[in-house]
Amino acid sequence: MSGGALAAAIGVLRRDLLLAMRRKSDALAPVFFFVVVASLFPLGIGPEPDLLRRIGPGVLWVGALLATMLSLARLFASDYDDGTLEQMALSPEPFVGLVAAKVTAHWLVTGLPLVVVSPVLALQYGLPADTIAVLAASLVLGTPVLSLVGAIGAALTLGVRGGGLLVALLVLPLYVPALVFGAGAVDANLAGTGAEAHLSLLGACLVIAAFFAPWAIAAALRIALE
Amino acid sequence: MLAASGLECVRGERTLFSGLSFAVAPGAGLLVQGANGAGKTSLLRIAVGLAPPAQGHVTWDGRPIRTLGEAYRREVLYCGHPNALKDDLTAVENVRAAAALAGRSITTAAARGALAQVGVAAAAELPVRSLSQGQKRRAALARLALGGARLWVLDEPLAALDASGVEWLAAAIDAHLAAGGMALVTSHQSLATRGALATLKLGA
Repeated sequence: MSGGALAAAIGVLRRDLLLAMRRKSDALAPVFFFVVVASLFPLGIGPEPDLLRRIGPGVLWVGALLATMLSLARLFASDYDDGTLEQMALSPEPFVGLVAAKVTAHWLVTGLPLVVVSPVLALQYGLPADTIAVLAASLVLGTPVLSLVGAIGAALTLGVRGGGLLVALLVLPLYVPALVFGAGAVDANLAGTGAEAHLSLLGACLVIAAFFAPWAIAAALRIALE
Repeated sequence: MLAASGLECVRGERTLFSGLSFAVAPGAGLLVQGANGAGKTSLLRIAVGLAPPAQGHVTWDGRPIRTLGEAYRREVLYCGHPNALKDDLTAVENVRAAAALAGRSITTAAARGALAQVGVAAAAELPVRSLSQGQKRRAALARLALGGARLWVLDEPLAALDASGVEWLAAAIDAHLAAGGMALVTSHQSLATRGALATLKLGA
């Protein structure tokens, strides 16, 4: 990547982070959703430690997944509406790099807070300390995959009426591998079989998504702009 | 030099224009006119490479813009109908972000200078949300004052501008053309540039 391309990508990243700081309520909505969903299950099920420990990994992962989904609708929509996306597509710097910067900003604003609050939420499910560490590790590897794959769906449904529902139908099946390996890693640690295999597979998902997703997103956005 | 030959644009079932050819040489401007829905914006989007024409092609210095890609985009400054401004950022932050996107990082002082040229110096540090429509348009046009692009493609730049804004834009286009630049402009109003721009009528 040339210096100009990097400077333009950093410019996009800075702008998106600045926008998130100016509109904190929008930026924090997914993490609040995550906290609320993850807290409702223990309240609904009641004091049954064994059951809670069993469902904890799955519930927390599904919560993180749905929270990410919530934020996808706005990922490209405002840039599309106000013409910024056109300007990005017309930038002399590679569009793929700018798209990657946008997804990075999305992960920093949406994914990273989910990772940060997950240990606190895991306490409600009575997960032991080392399992909580595995949960956080699985989310560190998994939430970028959710952002990258989700951005493909958001780009494909850009400008489509009822895009919100469509993006859910499109993206949720693609989230299955991340969910299986992520929640599987935590389950495996609970069962004492070691989480390395699951985390390795999740890491592989991340590498593949990080390499291919920006190209797919850029192509989908160009089609939306035509 | 920008040249187009045999352009055809189809929107849904309707053919907006076909067999359209034009050329813009260095130092020349072209004013595209036509009724609402005649395809002015579509033509501009084809000219900058945002949309492909159904037929025909656009060339820049004799080479198709499709193959030039980033080399062509470096020469073009496109101001579309939407202002491409973020409501939550200040005018200065918007100009800096737009410049970074165009591959020319600038300082806050340079951004302020550009905004002063378009007459919104007083509102430079305000969130764009609180600006009037005309001020927003001026802030969007501040990118012209930064320089660097040889071809300006402006879609209805006069919309929401007051008399002094229109005057400033005409002078800016004059200076740009005098320096060997090119301009492709759509407008419903007349644009009082020193040397009259060639006119292309769509749907006539």
